[in-house]
Amino acid sequence: MSATRAEHEYGAHPMVLPPDASAAQDGLDVAPAVRLDLYRRLEELRQFEKRAYDLFMQQLVKGTSHLSLGMEAISAGFGAAMRKDDYTFATYRGHAHTLSRGVGMAPVLAELLGRANGLMGGKGGSMHLTSVEHGVLGSYAIIGAHLCVANGAAWSAQVRRSGQVTVCFFGDGTTNIGAFHEALNYAAVYSLPVVFVCENNLYMEYTSIADITAVPSPAADRAAAYGLPAIKIDGNDVDVVYRTAGDALELARSGGGPSLIEAVTYRHGGHSRADPGKYRPAGEVEAWMAYDPLTVHRARLIRLGVAESELDGIRADVARAVDEATEEAKNGRLPDVESAFTDVWADGGSQWRN
Amino acid sequence: MAQLSYREAVSRGIAQEMARDERVMLIGEDIGGAGGVFKTTAGLFEQFGRTRVVDTPISEQAILGAAMGAAMTGLRPIAEIMFSDFFAVCWDIVVNEIAKMRYMTNGQVKMPLVIKSGNGGSLRMGAQHSQSIENWAMAVPGLKVVTPSTPLDVVGLMAAAVRSDDPVLFFEHKGLYASKGEVPDGEIVDELGKAAIRRPGKDATVLALGLMVGRALGAAEELAREGIDVEVIDVRSLVPLDTQTLLTSISRTGRLFTVEENPRLLGWGAEIASIAADECFWDLDMPIRRITTPHIPLPSADSLEDAVLPSVDRIVQDVRKGVSL
Repeated sequence: MSATRAEHEYGAHPMVLPPDASAAQDGLDVAPAVRLDLYRRLEELRQFEKRAYDLFMQQLVKGTSHLSLGMEAISAGFGAAMRKDDYTFATYRGHAHTLSRGVGMAPVLAELLGRANGLMGGKGGSMHLTSVEHGVLGSYAIIGAHLCVANGAAWSAQVRRSGQVTVCFFGDGTTNIGAFHEALNYAAVYSLPVVFVCENNLYMEYTSIADITAVPSPAADRAAAYGLPAIKIDGNDVDVVYRTAGDALELARSGGGPSLIEAVTYRHGGHSRADPGKYRPAGEVEAWMAYDPLTVHRARLIRLGVAESELDGIRADVARAVDEATEEAKNGRLPDVESAFTDVWADGGSQWRN
Repeated sequence: MAQLSYREAVSRGIAQEMARDERVMLIGEDIGGAGGVFKTTAGLFEQFGRTRVVDTPISEQAILGAAMGAAMTGLRPIAEIMFSDFFAVCWDIVVNEIAKMRYMTNGQVKMPLVIKSGNGGSLRMGAQHSQSIENWAMAVPGLKVVTPSTPLDVVGLMAAAVRSDDPVLFFEHKGLYASKGEVPDGEIVDELGKAAIRRPGKDATVLALGLMVGRALGAAEELAREGIDVEVIDVRSLVPLDTQTLLTSISRTGRLFTVEENPRLLGWGAEIASIAADECFWDLDMPIRRITTPHIPLPSADSLEDAVLPSVDRIVQDVRKGVSL
């Protein structure tokens, strides 16, 4: 039996500790203005997700939620690197990926609250955030399929010679479903302009990915099977993500075909609202909480000479924006019941017979 | 006017639409250079080239995902699932993604795509290559479902499906591929959601689909010799459903029979029977009778398959018995 699948007590699997190399990346070629923009993005995603969590706790948001707390650097870095007309495909854990394309906080919060002013009028919910005008072509809640759908958008861009690149985010658990492998082969065969981004947060849902995967790096170790280079990066360092994203986007845009990027990160919380995340070994959570993407990036900016007061100002601006968005969302009315019967079909209605 | 086979009509319909609209693409397994395992796409690769006629790996999820993503971003793809039984390996993308995307996004996206597929039995291919699955599809809100029974309908309904901004599952009956019919020259465009009265009659209404239409017509001829005048309606489109044509006929004849190739439970005829019971019960002269394949997987041996699929004889017997009640 391989080391990755060694038997152990539930929750007692070997700890995976974060890297300790963030200072070494201070010299990365990222412009100061971009670094500040990345900081603002991290603050927005963090404070939004915290607010979403609070609203769940107040039982204003029903159903379930999957937050990106601790994982924000990946969507922030890609959001900053993508072209305005590029396409995003996200998962049920898609608040951050949607916001990072410029979608307003208020319509996303309103969607979570089931209000008429929600991004999809309350018909999609937390797991299906979509904003076509921002290039967010959907959040998909059953893992695997959307990698195949992302290929279709990339194919379309290739046919139309539009130069658009499709970025498809998914979790480590997705690497074990068949559609992942169909999609990677398909993208490689047709050299599609698509970037597959595996957010490896070390846990499938409640189970350690290492315990149920034949290779140690669930995405990077599979890349060779599709003729792609293994790319595994620190997903908690937003500068690293930003640079990696830029390279992959450039490759795809210039006709170089797909990339598969494994960005290693960590969930601050459990898989969903129902999960306290108790299966994680003592010490591991603490170590990753300390290696938090906001902490990492803020410390770097200070090392590079940015005044703490400037960063505090950004944090306060974002806090105000989240408060305003919350008010706007809460003030939305409930959707008309009639809206449940619209847009099944292209004629806008739901009639299936004459 | 030309005599075309049903299989030739498929490529004729696709070619008509691809020539008209450069956004129309065709993807699937062996559909390009090989012209399709059923030769329903013969000549299209040569006519439209490899950019628009794309041979894929055996990856049904990748095929339908590609069609969906392309449809959301400006193309109008036609995807082939070789045997309709194979929908079971990519049903997630059909049911959870393609069918629901417009609704979940509150109308932000269009889904102009067609999934064509070889459906149905009578070719001795056994339980995994013979199923009639229209009823799987019609159970899912957001999917349109058509099954043409003649070469002319193949061309016209294919055109209507391609021009629809909704996803259409286009079931070709494998047992009809070799059948022939007249197809006029020039552009042919039909309409989704219209049934066709194939034989007018006054004593009973027999609804059929695909291969069963011919068998129903054969049964009607036999019954006519006994003085029983049967109206045969080719339902053609299950979603949208032309209930007006169906109910008008049922009310007039007072007797409803459905001839369904699917296994018994929840076949398409069950829904129509329910609608008829709701909306024209007082016009009925006898209980509604569904003639279906029994609730079993299809056997392979020709003698067994013939024994379980609805046959001309079985239709004759059931209608004769019903009319005599």
